Order: sequence, then C-alpha cells, then structure tokens
Amino acid sequence: MKKIESIIRPHLLDAVKNALQEVGVVGMTITEVKGFGRQKGHTETYRGSEYQVDFLPKLKIEVALPEDLVEKAVEAVVKTGRTGKFGDGKVFVTTLDEVVRIRTGEQGEQAL
Amino acid sequence: MSPEAQVAADTLWVVFAGCLVFFMNAGFGMLETGLCQAKNAVNILAKNFIVFAISSLAFWALGFGLMFGDGTSLLGTNGWFLGGADNSPATGDAYVGVFSSLNWTGVPLAAKFFFQLVFAGTAATIVSGVVAERIKFISFILFSFVLVAVVYPIGGHWVWGGGWLAEAGFSDFAGSTVVHSVGGWAALAGGLLLGARTGKYRQDGKVQPIPGHNMSFATLGALILWLGWFGFNPGSTMAADAGAIASIALNTNMAAAAGCLAATATAWLALGKPDLSMILNGTLAGLVAITAPCATVSLGSSLVIGAVAGVLVVFSVLFFDKLRIDDPVGALSVHLVNGIWGTLALGLFNTEGGLFFGGGAAQTVAQIKGIVAVGAFTFAASLLVWLALKATIGIRVSLEEELEGLDTGEHGMEAYPGFTARAPLSMGGSKA
Repeated sequence: MKKIESIIRPHLLDAVKNALQEVGVVGMTITEVKGFGRQKGHTETYRGSEYQVDFLPKLKIEVALPEDLVEKAVEAVVKTGRTGKFGDGKVFVTTLDEVVRIRTGEQGEQAL
Repeated sequence: MSPEAQVAADTLWVVFAGCLVFFMNAGFGMLETGLCQAKNAVNILAKNFIVFAISSLAFWALGFGLMFGDGTSLLGTNGWFLGGADNSPATGDAYVGVFSSLNWTGVPLAAKFFFQLVFAGTAATIVSGVVAERIKFISFILFSFVLVAVVYPIGGHWVWGGGWLAEAGFSDFAGSTVVHSVGGWAALAGGLLLGARTGKYRQDGKVQPIPGHNMSFATLGALILWLGWFGFNPGSTMAADAGAIASIALNTNMAAAAGCLAATATAWLALGKPDLSMILNGTLAGLVAITAPCATVSLGSSLVIGAVAGVLVVFSVLFFDKLRIDDPVGALSVHLVNGIWGTLALGLFNTEGGLFFGGGAAQTVAQIKGIVAVGAFTFAASLLVWLALKATIGIRVSLEEELEGLDTGEHGMEAYPGFTARAPLSMGGSKA
C-alpha cells in the first residue's frame, strides 16, 4: 500500500480529482496548505509598496492506494495538475505500513 | 408654502440629512476595519462605534455651546447642555436666544443640535483610522471626548459660530476645514506621538506594507461614506431649498466620481496597478475636497476639484510613508490634505469672487488665513492633549500586545473566533 500526497494548484482540484477517480481512486482527503519551492513565492503591492509573499496557497490531496494503482494515479495527477509554469507543485509517494477502517476494524488492503 | 409647512419641510430635510451623516459612522467603521489587520478588528470596530456616543455627550455638555453659543469672536460662552433662551425656529431678527450664529436656519433647536452633532462625530471618527492598531482604547476615548468637547468647537466657532474667521471672510460651506482638516490635524498630532506600527518602516529604509484584512469591508465602507456625503453637503443648507440641495448633491457626486477616476489612473500610472484602496481613498478625497466649495462652484469646477483631489491623495499617501508617518487607512491624505485643498479650491473656483473667475485674490487669501489658523490651533491643542495623555496613562499599547493584536489585549475577544487570527503567512518581513 502507498500514500500519494500531491501538492497542486488550487484551481486544478476538480480536474485532478476527476482524473484520480477515473483511474479507480475511491477516496481522498484535501487540505488547504501554503508553501514555496525554488521560486520562493512572489511579490505583491499594497498602497505603492512591494512586499514578498513567501508562502503561496496550494492544495494537498492525500490518497491511499494498493500498489497496482500507484503508477496510474501519479500519472493522472501529473497530467491534469500540470500547466508547465513554475508552481505546479509536487507528488510524494510513501509506503503505508497499515490502514484501518474505523467503522469495521478491517485492516490492510481490505480497508482501502 | 405656509411658514409652518416650511419649518416642517426644513426640519424633515435637516433630520434626514443628519441621519445620512450619522450612517457615515458605519462607513468609517467598515473602511477602517477592512484596511487594518484581522487581529485588531474588534478594537477598531469598538472605537468607531463608541466614538459617536462620546461625541454625543461631549458636544451636548460643552461643544455645542462653545461652537455656536453667543460669546466672543474666539469662543462661545453660552448654551451649555443645550440650555439658555432660544425661540427657534424663529430666524433673523425675530430670533431671541443664545445661539444667534444659527439664527439663519428655520428649524427647531433640537434639529440644529442633531445636525451639528453628527458633524462633530465625523471629525472625531477621522482620528480613529490614523492611530489604529496601536493606540490604547482608553486613551482614544479620552482624546475623543476632549476633541469634541473643546478643540473641534473652538475652531468651529471661528468659522461657523460667528467668530473672527467668519468676519475675516473665510468660507467653508460644509466643513472641509472645520470638520475634515480638524480631524486630520488632531490625528496627525496623535500619530506623530504614537509612532508607526511595529515593522511598517524597515531599517533598510523600505516600507513593509501591512495589508488590510478585508477589502470587501473597506469597499462597503467607502460606498456608505459616499452615500453619507449626500447628507453632509446638501444637508448643510439646513433648509429644504430645492435648487440648492439638488445642485449641491450633484456637485458632490461629480467630485467623488472625478476623484475616484483620477486616483485610479494615478495609481495605475504611478504604482503599476490600480490599487483598490487608492480607488477608495480617491473617491473620499474628492468628497472631502468638494465639501467646502460645493454650494458656490459650478459642476465643471466640481469635476476639476475632485480630479485634483484624486491625484493628490495617491502622492500624499506615498509622501507620508516617506516621512515615516504611519497612517493605516490613509485618513491624513484624505481628510487633512484634501480638506486643505478643498478649502483653498473655494477661493480659486468660487463662481463669485473666485480667483479663476475674475474675482481677485481676496477670497483665496482669506481661505489660506483660515487654513493656517484652524490648522495651527487644532494641531497645537491636540498635541497638548495627546502629550498629557502620554505623560499620564500612556497612549500606546505594549509591543507584546501590538504583536498579539489589540483585540485580545484591549477587549479580551476576537473578531473571528474559530479562524486562525494571525499575521498572514506572507508577512515574512525579512526578505524583499
């Protein structure tokens, strides 16, 4: 089992969500997050003075998957989350040791 | 129209216009709250709300008598607590009472007081924006009381109470100087003594903007103020004078429109983008500027006066930042600078007697004299009051309280419980 954490542009949520569902992802969790990468945010102006906005708003999508879906899911996120400009975000894939469905107590892939 | 019907019509108009001006408290409240940080929203709302209550008591007890009561050319010495003889709505020679300076308007004394009270409240509320996000609540309350009880009425007496400036030919129809500049001068004195908000001016000489937390509030506030001005200026006829109130309303609106567009263009050209806060400030600048001359200039002149105000306000904001005088909402640029401009503009653009209309320089000279006299008195008197407060109870909250926010520090509550109230994550401050 793997967990995929995708940091994406907020306005692309619908496209990414739909693409994930199409490849068989049945559930996901999203969080509003802020962060920066190599571009280090951007500048804005207020009443004639510039200021640095270090942390830009992004969305984090977390999905837990069986191994066989991982490649397709990552591909789906990359394809629909890409604009080609700086700030498209990243996908992190990590191994899941255990998953438990709280309602039934099922464990492992049964709980996904 | 029978005399009784005329009194009824005039009173209806004056009270209605007063209600519009009263509603400007909501405008100031929203504008200032929106242009300040979320962690200070309760404090700013509280200041803007309570200030009218303070003004009501202060103006009733002392202010109205000092301003309009019969007395010397420097101050009124009658009419405390609205007391003393008065046979309003009798006018002119038929008037018998202690408020002779208001004997030109045929409405009951209570209507005169109500209308003048909402003006006094406006002057006091201007201060709130300049000193925002760092002043102690109690110090603001005490200053507001003294401002409306003593400082505002004395300057006002000189102009509207039959004082020496009125006799010298100085003219200010609805209060560019009497209300707006006075509020601005009082605020400037406070702002200078308070110092800037922590972090606003960096050691490398650059300005670190502290963005307002809700531009929707600010915009609503500015629009309410625009509406309120249709009471402020046309109401200052203090009579249901059909021709006058309509043309004053139109002049007022045109100056606002011109100020709005001029500030938009100026911000766009000078700053790169049409900053919404500048668009709002520009509109208000046009309104402040037309307040003095609105009854005596042409529609075309109103447009010019408003447009100049819109340009002036943008550069004024930058100028005050250069001087490191921190004004979170731009109230000095709007009310002080454009109060002066509007008062001067009366001398330049008056259809009768204006410098640009072949009337010579006499009116303009009288205007300058009034601007300087009222400004010097108000600034000095306010400075004394602020100094007294600073020396006794203090005027600025602790650094710790300022960083945490005045909402929890002064009031023990938050404007948005349940939301994470803190400086935006963007405010790193060290870079840029």
